[in-house]
Amino acid sequence: MSAYLSLKEIWRNKGRFFLFSLVIALIAILVLFTAGLGEGLASANKEYLEKLDANLLVFQEGTGYSTIESRLDYTKVKRISRVDGIADAGPIGFSNAEIYLGDDVAALDISFVGIEPGKPGLPAPIIGETIRSRQSKVVMIDERIADAANVSVGDYITIKSTQSTDDKYFDLRVVGITSGQQYFFQPSVFVSLPVWDKYRPKADPNISSSRPVTNIIAVQLENPADAEAMSTRIEAAVADIETTDIKTAYESSPGYSAQQSTLNTIKGFTFLIGALVIGGFFQIQTLQKVPQIGMLKAIGTPNKTVASAAIMQIIFVTVFGVAFGGAVVLGLALGLPSSVPIFFTGTSIGITVISLLLIGPLGGMVSIRLALKVEPLRALGM
Amino acid sequence: MENKYILETKNATKIYDSSGMVVRAVDDVSLHIKAGEFVGLVGPSGSGKTTMLAMLATLLRESEGNLIIDGQDLGEMSDKERTKFRRERIGFTFQSNNLVPYLTALENVELMLRLNKKSGKKSRELAKALLTRLGLEDRLNSLPSQLSGGQQQRVAIARSLIHDPSVVLADEPTASLDTERANQVVGIFADLIHEGNRAGIMVTHDLRMCKYVDKVVQMVDGKIAHIITDRAEINALANHSEFDAKPAAVATYPEPILLKKPTLRQSDLSPVITGD
Repeated sequence: MSAYLSLKEIWRNKGRFFLFSLVIALIAILVLFTAGLGEGLASANKEYLEKLDANLLVFQEGTGYSTIESRLDYTKVKRISRVDGIADAGPIGFSNAEIYLGDDVAALDISFVGIEPGKPGLPAPIIGETIRSRQSKVVMIDERIADAANVSVGDYITIKSTQSTDDKYFDLRVVGITSGQQYFFQPSVFVSLPVWDKYRPKADPNISSSRPVTNIIAVQLENPADAEAMSTRIEAAVADIETTDIKTAYESSPGYSAQQSTLNTIKGFTFLIGALVIGGFFQIQTLQKVPQIGMLKAIGTPNKTVASAAIMQIIFVTVFGVAFGGAVVLGLALGLPSSVPIFFTGTSIGITVISLLLIGPLGGMVSIRLALKVEPLRALGM
Repeated sequence: MENKYILETKNATKIYDSSGMVVRAVDDVSLHIKAGEFVGLVGPSGSGKTTMLAMLATLLRESEGNLIIDGQDLGEMSDKERTKFRRERIGFTFQSNNLVPYLTALENVELMLRLNKKSGKKSRELAKALLTRLGLEDRLNSLPSQLSGGQQQRVAIARSLIHDPSVVLADEPTASLDTERANQVVGIFADLIHEGNRAGIMVTHDLRMCKYVDKVVQMVDGKIAHIITDRAEINALANHSEFDAKPAAVATYPEPILLKKPTLRQSDLSPVITGD
């Protein structure tokens, strides 16, 4: 009975309900895009670290897990590797550089990452092969660079690096392409540590080492479940270091938490606005329908039927709106260029969609309460 | 002895206590209505007739006394039982806001059957037949907004009768209708009450409509002031009345002061007559 009433009303007022569903769809689009943007920006910030094949990261003590501030001399790699329970350890150095694409074309900003071949820190290639030699002037690049610079395995890229006060250009051959390896909002170029130290931007171009000072050390454990105890053990065995897990590391990166809390606040407010808009709409609609609800009750319609008809309408309108908005977002997401930092994960979409579906009934709660409280005699003016 | 009354009230009283001021809106009213009897409940504003109707419709609980329909004491029922009783045994036509705006005439009538868990082809045919009888065969699929006031009231009448109720109540059903439409609507209403052997009560300010009822009950200050059962007296009242029933006016009507003599055109009622 309640389904009959609610669907008939929707059907006979298609335009009104469609427009309202459209409002919900717009809210859904906004929330989903904010969620996608949050994921995308977070991912652009942390992607490399998040996908790192390591259980613990080692930083210089007192640097607050900042990859930029942390400095570790090469001897620490060996000492950490010798700690009981460590499977492998790989030093990683970060700097920023550019890829030169021609005089008339803007250079492409990149994260220039130095790794130790065969050690933790070097991602697996999706095309081509990995870096095998410490001395070879070869690189692995993120697929975004391959797309943007239109290069493939076997091609050369030119790294533009400022050393002293001069711009220097270094040609490196691409041996492999990796997927999803952004760091600090820039796609990564991986080279061996000696090559990295030689070509990275620095004050003195003549100083470089095959065992350079790096930023962090990625550690693989024999027993990953034992991370906490191992963290303590490493810190006890090697002086002037601190260790942490990957999540804490990227959450500690500059601006990460500020950025995420900003986006979460926007998302929260959009949800709140959504709930208020839905609540307001159904409240106004119920107020307009008071005499009609009163009449329905006066002819013997149970309160339960009146309430469930209202709930069904709210659910129908919300589901339709969210589905419509979701479809639009999906279509837009497929058509967006990879440079737009919007990224959707099943979990974030799932949570967002469920939350959107819940705000409908939540917002409509007040109107349902109002509908239940309608007094037939008063509503009919008797 | 078998009780021949469908509807009975025994010393029915409704007391309102507002900020210490006690008002007896309905005061000690005892009424008996037989099957097939159509009663006109008249009286000035504030005389308690709508309160009486609301109590009979189980929308309002009595403060004292008993209201009995089909042998069941309304006061002994829970709220849930009263809603069910209202849905099954009572038909109600209101002054306005009678119809669900997003349901067609046919659907509005069917609604009552659906509420009583009866739907399907048979129900639809029943609703169609009743609306056809009421002269609305061409408007079955019209929405209320596409119907005139008189047509809307006829749909409401069909809805109040479709589920075969024992008691049919109407609150000022002609308030928004012109004389011609009012006669048409009440005439049909009376016929259907008589035919279905139901008990009918119509609250009205328009005494001219009393020509269709079998008994006139005049209420004044919550009490029954007069009951007229004699056909000649009822007709005299209907033909010599003002629009508003004045207290104690029944016995002392002056010279006829009707603005216009109500005439019931045969064509207005033809669907009822031919359909039977």
